[in-house]
Amino acid sequence: MSDNSNPVIEMRDVVIGAVNDPAFVMLEKVNWAVAPGEFWVIGAPPYSGKSDFLMTTAGLVPPVDGCYKFYGNETRIFDESRLADRLRMGFIFENASLFHHLTVAENIALPLCYHKNLEPAEGAKLVAGLLELTELKPIAEVTPANLPRSWIKRAGLARALMLQPDILVADNPLGGLEARHVYWWARFLDELSRGHKALGGKPMTIIAATDDLRPWRGANRRFALLKDKSFIQLGSWDEMASSSDPLVKELLATPAETVDAPR
Amino acid sequence: MFLITVQGLAAFALITLAVILKKFNVAPHVIHPMIRREISRAGIQLLPMFLFVAFMLGFLVIGQTVSVAARFGAIDYIGTVMVTVVMRELGPLLAAVLILARVGTANVIELGTARALNEVEALESLGIDPVHYLIVPRVIGITLGVFSLTIYLVLAALVSGYLFVFLQNVPLNPGDYFKELADSMNWLDFALLALKSCAFGFFIGIVTCYHGLAQPLRLQEVSRVTVRAIAQGIIACIFIDAIFIVLYLHL
Repeated sequence: MSDNSNPVIEMRDVVIGAVNDPAFVMLEKVNWAVAPGEFWVIGAPPYSGKSDFLMTTAGLVPPVDGCYKFYGNETRIFDESRLADRLRMGFIFENASLFHHLTVAENIALPLCYHKNLEPAEGAKLVAGLLELTELKPIAEVTPANLPRSWIKRAGLARALMLQPDILVADNPLGGLEARHVYWWARFLDELSRGHKALGGKPMTIIAATDDLRPWRGANRRFALLKDKSFIQLGSWDEMASSSDPLVKELLATPAETVDAPR
Repeated sequence: MFLITVQGLAAFALITLAVILKKFNVAPHVIHPMIRREISRAGIQLLPMFLFVAFMLGFLVIGQTVSVAARFGAIDYIGTVMVTVVMRELGPLLAAVLILARVGTANVIELGTARALNEVEALESLGIDPVHYLIVPRVIGITLGVFSLTIYLVLAALVSGYLFVFLQNVPLNPGDYFKELADSMNWLDFALLALKSCAFGFFIGIVTCYHGLAQPLRLQEVSRVTVRAIAQGIIACIFIDAIFIVLYLHL
């Protein structure tokens, strides 16, 4: 499935700064290549720089140093001239960052109406399809302030999918979700990764960060770790699960008796 | 610090102007309804309050003028005083300060909250220019709001001024009063009134949007930047007013 010779995202010696203070380095010398259709899960404890890492990966924040390539083209950030590239990437924020003055349906419709210059009624059919797909129809007319976290996150997913991106970057998508929502997300992201029929059937490249690796068990996923300002590639689930790294065991919530006790 | 703020505001104003000109026809189905909403918020919805303030202003200025002018037998100058005080100075400044308080404050809080909740980054992730989506409708709305409400305020104050004259039994008939007003005005008053009110509106929009949006914020910082934005908005209006007084004196 993956094509390592033509990565969609490539980082060479990339230095990543904090979003609010780029002078503060969060990660150093990141070397990473993401092939089309790959499903990456990045394990990282809170405050380890996973949001900063994902925002740089998504071209929202320029790297402090190093070479970042998107579909083979070196870039720093997706500015106006790279709008077409920008729209190939969907981004889901940890808190979804829905626009608080818009309803769920309006939030989802916004990128479509803005980029295609449509009246809300003209985009309604496409929006309704996505609402159906993500089971958001009953709350389509509710504003985010009146929704529980699980549904807000799902609306963030639907908004990111509105323009059918090739790559989906998700910041801790399962964090704080109820169990049934975790199950729904894991299944849905897998379908997207294989190519969801309702979205054209094209396999989607997925990059997700998490502070809990347990729900991400899956044969087609690749794992990496953010630790001590470094980006460490761990390989498949089995390779990752057999790692002796204490942080991996923490993120897998391995029972205490199997973790070496600190001396 | 002062210079950095001025530099930041100037850059923000230029960027906003450039986006208004360059993207006026980008996504009109999304942006133009937002502009109409902002015009309604900064203009139409404030009209009843402005008419009330205008009537009070007319009573106030004429009341003071009548009591002073009657002592010197200078009742004939009431119209001139109204034009000078209400049309050139108090009207535009009062309209600007009222809109700063009612709409500018809401602007900083809304944008500051949006900034703190990552909504600006969310717009960027969707390929939507935050200046185009969040700033342009507000700046255009406030500019047109200040401009039109200033005109309503001045007109209503001039009319209410005569009401006060009438109620006080001052020997001045309506024809003479309005003739005096007309004689005291010239084309420069109209041109500078339009320019001044538009400048007030534009800079109120810029100052409030800049403080709400231009820098990364945390939720607890929103109240602090709101106070700063309103203070700087008042200073900006007074500074613009001073520039226009110099213009009046030299043209």
